[in-house]
Amino acid sequence: MKTVTLTIDGRTVQAREGEKLLWAALENGIYIPNLCAIPGVKHPAAACRLCFVEIRGYPRPVTACTEPVVEGMVVSTRSPRVDRLVHTAFELLLSNHHLDCASCPRNRSCELQRIARERRFPLRVKRLRKLERNLQVDDSSPVVRYDPGKCVLCGRCVWVCREKGTGVLGFAGRGFERRIATFGDVPLGQSGCNGCGECTRVCPVGALTGKEA
Amino acid sequence: MKSSSIVAETFAKLQQKSRTAWQSLRDRPLILVGTATCGRAAGALEILKIIKEELEKHGLDAQVLEVGCMGHCYAEPLVTVYKPGFPPISYGYVTEGIAARLVQDFLGGDDPCLEFALAALETNDMVPALTDFPRGMIEKPIILDRCGLIDPAKIEHYIALGGYAALAGALTREPEWVLEEIKASGLRGRGGAGFPTGRKWETCRLAPGEKKYVICNADEGDPGAFMDRAILESNPHEVLEGLAIAAYAVGARQGYFYIRAEYPLAVERVKKAIEQARQAGLLGINILGSGFSFDVDVFQGSGAFVCGEETALIASMEGEPGLPRHRPPFPATAGLWGKPTVINNVKTLAYVPHIIERGAQWFRETGTAGSPGTAVFALAGKVINTGLAEVPMGTTLRELVYDVGSGIPRGKAFKAVQIGGPSGGCLPETALDMPIDFDSLSQAGAMMGSGGMVILDEDDCMVEIARFFLDFTQKESCGKCTMCHLGTKQMLEILEAITKGQGKPGDIELLLELAEDVKAGSLCGLGKTAPNPVLSTIRYFRDEYEAHIKERRCPALMCRELIAYYILPEKCERSCDACVGSCPVEAIYPNEDRIKVIDQQKCVKCASCLEACPPQYKAVIKLSPPELVAERGA
Repeated sequence: MKTVTLTIDGRTVQAREGEKLLWAALENGIYIPNLCAIPGVKHPAAACRLCFVEIRGYPRPVTACTEPVVEGMVVSTRSPRVDRLVHTAFELLLSNHHLDCASCPRNRSCELQRIARERRFPLRVKRLRKLERNLQVDDSSPVVRYDPGKCVLCGRCVWVCREKGTGVLGFAGRGFERRIATFGDVPLGQSGCNGCGECTRVCPVGALTGKEA
Repeated sequence: MKSSSIVAETFAKLQQKSRTAWQSLRDRPLILVGTATCGRAAGALEILKIIKEELEKHGLDAQVLEVGCMGHCYAEPLVTVYKPGFPPISYGYVTEGIAARLVQDFLGGDDPCLEFALAALETNDMVPALTDFPRGMIEKPIILDRCGLIDPAKIEHYIALGGYAALAGALTREPEWVLEEIKASGLRGRGGAGFPTGRKWETCRLAPGEKKYVICNADEGDPGAFMDRAILESNPHEVLEGLAIAAYAVGARQGYFYIRAEYPLAVERVKKAIEQARQAGLLGINILGSGFSFDVDVFQGSGAFVCGEETALIASMEGEPGLPRHRPPFPATAGLWGKPTVINNVKTLAYVPHIIERGAQWFRETGTAGSPGTAVFALAGKVINTGLAEVPMGTTLRELVYDVGSGIPRGKAFKAVQIGGPSGGCLPETALDMPIDFDSLSQAGAMMGSGGMVILDEDDCMVEIARFFLDFTQKESCGKCTMCHLGTKQMLEILEAITKGQGKPGDIELLLELAEDVKAGSLCGLGKTAPNPVLSTIRYFRDEYEAHIKERRCPALMCRELIAYYILPEKCERSCDACVGSCPVEAIYPNEDRIKVIDQQKCVKCASCLEACPPQYKAVIKLSPPELVAERGA
């Protein structure tokens, strides 16, 4: 496989030709915020809108998960424009996230917390309105607990459930009503979920958590 | 014999047959009834029935044809009569009585009933022709030219008037020639963004792969837009011919019409057109003996607005949820089933036969240098003559609103025009003299969009208009990307607060910040353009936003929470109780002088009293902010 050399934040890194920039950066220890990216998936969802970077010669910031690396590419993961976009996307996600870190099982292992730490974003909603939806927690499964109020709609669970589980998870609804649901929208406990728990391992936040621990 | 001469000869025979059929229509009186959706909504099918009954009753010999929409939707039902010895005359606002009179007096006698005539279709000494009116002088129909004059269900009408000659001509040349002609014409996509059609086709043609597709995007979904529907209902063969030429140019053998299921008549007429074209040998294997094979199917969309976006349209055709994907790859290189695919709007394809037949240079003679050709607009809202108009690019808004549309009804003042639907923007009076084309509109903060044009008058609140359109895009957002589904939601929440008088200082600035980020950060065109109505209304009508926030006042007296109804004591005619009877919640009572007073606690602001108050008194008014009522001592 051919490798290419590119520069990210002043560092020279090697990457496989055609690989998406996000993975090239992450594999080289350069962090770019991301939630919906799944390694090896042919069509990136590009849904979370957090992995914006600047590439020299491009008129505006682009998402790193969709941009294949090319020889000589010069990338910077930070710029006023990038920071502004990422901050807005992050704050939008928070405005729709049930912020309850202290009692959340994913406290200290949450990707939203990580992004806040890396980019020095406050973990609260200041500028925007809080969009409360009062969604019910689904506690029906013996192994998995689903709290839709914390879901960031990254789609990792849907993907892993189809890859390794029974494929009961999918997206339902449109626009602001979009959410993760089971086939037929029945509670997880009656859905044909085999309790493999893979979804709880890929969920970046506290939306899908295991019950055993 | 060379294949090109076979094509020419086969087509000449087809043309001859069609012309004979078309000319035979002229031997006896001919009545055209516009039965597109606009006509049907006004009762055209009833009129059609009555005309047929009357003809039968009076034993008169005449042909009756169902035709499409001429663009004069305001005057529907529309009937056109061809009678030997008379110019063809169109009659508007046709009622059952008028229909009967036309049959009895005009066809039965020789009285052309000019009191009901809208205009003649040709210049003559008897009746003013359409082209004698200001509208007729500004309009320059290319793709609407035959709409409303031919039966969309009869391929021979289309062929007799020159249809399919462009396809037959193209098939005698190389595909590259067709491509070059479209490129040279400067044709830009009429779906909204205005991307050069020739470049799209070229990308697809050069993309590697044996299998390619062409798709006609008829997923028209903007509120107030009906251009594509009217064309498909009135002249489906024009679009079908354009699609076939596109297929020949890019090397596709299969095409699709993606039509939303809410357009049942368009679906029916396109299906019929496809069937007739197949029977005539203009679709299918070895078209006209040229060796080129191409066929078309109809795919019905389920009504999601976002499916008008190319990648979402493809996803929905592939059986996936209609969600957009990241571009690139663009459909022209990897589209339907991963194959190179050209997706063009209905109107874009409708121009193609005309350009191929009359040449790129001819097309460039109309319109502006950057946007050649004409633009089709659907005039809706507060304008007298609603309907479709096709005008050269570069026509000013003023000409469109005042000459084509005949101005604002009921003597109200013009306020703004909303162009381009939910992706477009609102332009104020100062923009009226701006020549409209793709570039001038985007510079002004609006967008050509697909051609929807909603005219707003002094009674329309611009904050409410922005809220309305954002509510639409918010509901139609697919929910996939953060910026769009949460960003528009946040913006909508702010706008809702402002229209309810709960706006806060800084809300305008926050709206502007969010709008820029949603534009810059969204995944697809829906999110990238959704903030336009907000941005343009803030740009041109910021004072209205400020009045809502700072004074709790709606200058247009539209926002329900910011107005109160009030009866002027000096104007109230004491012995009249019209308002009292009209009020659904018994909020109006007479005081000791029998002057009517509104109990503001009970009032639900339905405006019934305002409408009930006889026009000679005009005693009911709206006040904003509502606190003004207390100041007046009520």
